[in-house]
Amino acid sequence: MPIHDQSYRHYGGGRGVPGRSWAVIAWAGIRSFMRKRAFMGLMLFALSPFVVRAVQFWIASQYPQASVLAPGPETFRQFLEQQDFFVFVITIWIGSGLIANDRRANALQIYLSKPLMRTEYIAGKLAILFVFLSLVTLAPALLLLLLKIAFDGNFAFLKNNLFLIPAIVVGSLLQVMLASFTMLALSSLSKSARFVGIMYVGITFFTTAMFGALYAITGTSRVSWISVGANITQVVDVVFRLKPRYATPWQVSLLVIIALIVVSISILERRVRGVEVVT
Amino acid sequence: MDTAAAAAANVVALDGVTVIYGKNQALKNVTARFVKGAVGLLGPNGAGKSTMLKALLGFVKPDQGRMTVLDLNVAESPLAIRARIGYMPESDAHIPGMNAVTFVAYCGQLAGLPAVDAMQRAHEVLQYVGLGEARYRNVETYSTGMKQRIKLAQALVHDPDLLFLDEPTNGMDPKGRDEMLELVRDLGHNKGVSLILSSHLLPDVEYTCDHVVVMDKGQIATQGPINELKGPTGRVYELRIKGNLPGFIEALAKEGMDTHATDEDVMRVFVPDALGNHQAIFKAAAQFGVQVRHLRPSVPTLEDVFAKAVGED
Repeated sequence: MPIHDQSYRHYGGGRGVPGRSWAVIAWAGIRSFMRKRAFMGLMLFALSPFVVRAVQFWIASQYPQASVLAPGPETFRQFLEQQDFFVFVITIWIGSGLIANDRRANALQIYLSKPLMRTEYIAGKLAILFVFLSLVTLAPALLLLLLKIAFDGNFAFLKNNLFLIPAIVVGSLLQVMLASFTMLALSSLSKSARFVGIMYVGITFFTTAMFGALYAITGTSRVSWISVGANITQVVDVVFRLKPRYATPWQVSLLVIIALIVVSISILERRVRGVEVVT
Repeated sequence: MDTAAAAAANVVALDGVTVIYGKNQALKNVTARFVKGAVGLLGPNGAGKSTMLKALLGFVKPDQGRMTVLDLNVAESPLAIRARIGYMPESDAHIPGMNAVTFVAYCGQLAGLPAVDAMQRAHEVLQYVGLGEARYRNVETYSTGMKQRIKLAQALVHDPDLLFLDEPTNGMDPKGRDEMLELVRDLGHNKGVSLILSSHLLPDVEYTCDHVVVMDKGQIATQGPINELKGPTGRVYELRIKGNLPGFIEALAKEGMDTHATDEDVMRVFVPDALGNHQAIFKAAAQFGVQVRHLRPSVPTLEDVFAKAVGED
């Protein structure tokens, strides 16, 4: 008797309800990156500003003569801005291949032949980026706030700056959402993760360079809405109740961010399909 | 068989389904029935077989028509359907960066199996398809034949009621092809899994399936049990002649006898019951003035059914 006659059995166990496949996709993606030593090294390195800030907070709380180091609300804004670089690098590292690699390996038809919707697939992939990006923005920023309270031994700082909690959450999420959606959309446009990475870098630097050039020519920062990064900077400044650093109204910057996310969702809706129809 | 019983015997039904890609009509008002068991979906390249499978999976939305799979409407219950079917795509397909057992278990989880059960099923199914020894290797390092097997494994891991197999023997060496066909046959005949085998290879369908749906140019050319389609309507002869071959073929066609060439210089002639037996061929040869050098009764094959259905000569 051939060996295969002995090994195929019908399955008699339970099955989950549809709608949870995004979590399976997310967890598989997270695990695969956690197994990469170089990536985990980057994640640890991305937390070095957090460690520095934590030490700063501790010194300021322990030594009154070091009051120059005492953090204010703007310190948290500065921390998130420092993390921009890591958000950029991690987004490219993780995001460029998230859909591009699946397209290269024709995996979309495997995914979409299972009982999951396209939105679940996209949500699962987004969750991978969300988790890692939040680990270098939202999570350490909130933890810093907790450390500040713990080192002070009272809630005075928090009471005086209660807006910091929503500001950190909204500011971080804006950063994370824009990076995640735009990168995922770019990743769905190609079968080459390398090409996607180059596209992302190109768009980021090109728009910033364009803004720089126009700023130099016109002498006004009213055109900051051209730069993807400047829009985030502008809106997050406002969220932290700081004076916006560019002349563009923050509402315009917010509109640009929303438009970029909407366009990304539209691209994903068109590109994530079980079959590529070429007419 | 009454209507309800007939409906219950069908695992897939299409009614007037049309799929249009741009200006190209891939499926033209297709009405077909796929019964329980192993059914071959046969047709030349570009006939619309893969489009039909993709429409049934919900990848392609038909421009008109209605489709049901396992008595569920494709337009209304795509997820419930996909939970009960397994799809083995034609092209190479895998999840990058995973070894075989992780990949198959992952597919099981995507299909709704708990993680532990999915892993156990993955080991069993990989053993079944003959990849037991290679299950810890990265799928990207697999040969073409192994990639075909793992595609079958991922389609089987959640124990589907119905399998869609799109050209499962593509790119396989003869030994691997035989083993794959053996697996498909075993699934359809011994394991109680209904399957639709899409192929342009007649021997594959003839070996593994009991029923066939023949497609050509986006339409159904013929459908039914293979034995019935091969059987009663006439006789088939192998024939070799000396003389004007194209002219003689034309003469046979005028008399109502279909011919089609084989790999050798022997052609196969289909003589309808109405024309009697081989005497009709001799009569035509005498009238046309060609010599009959070889004439032998032959068993009708699926090739004859296919050739007759799609009008090949």
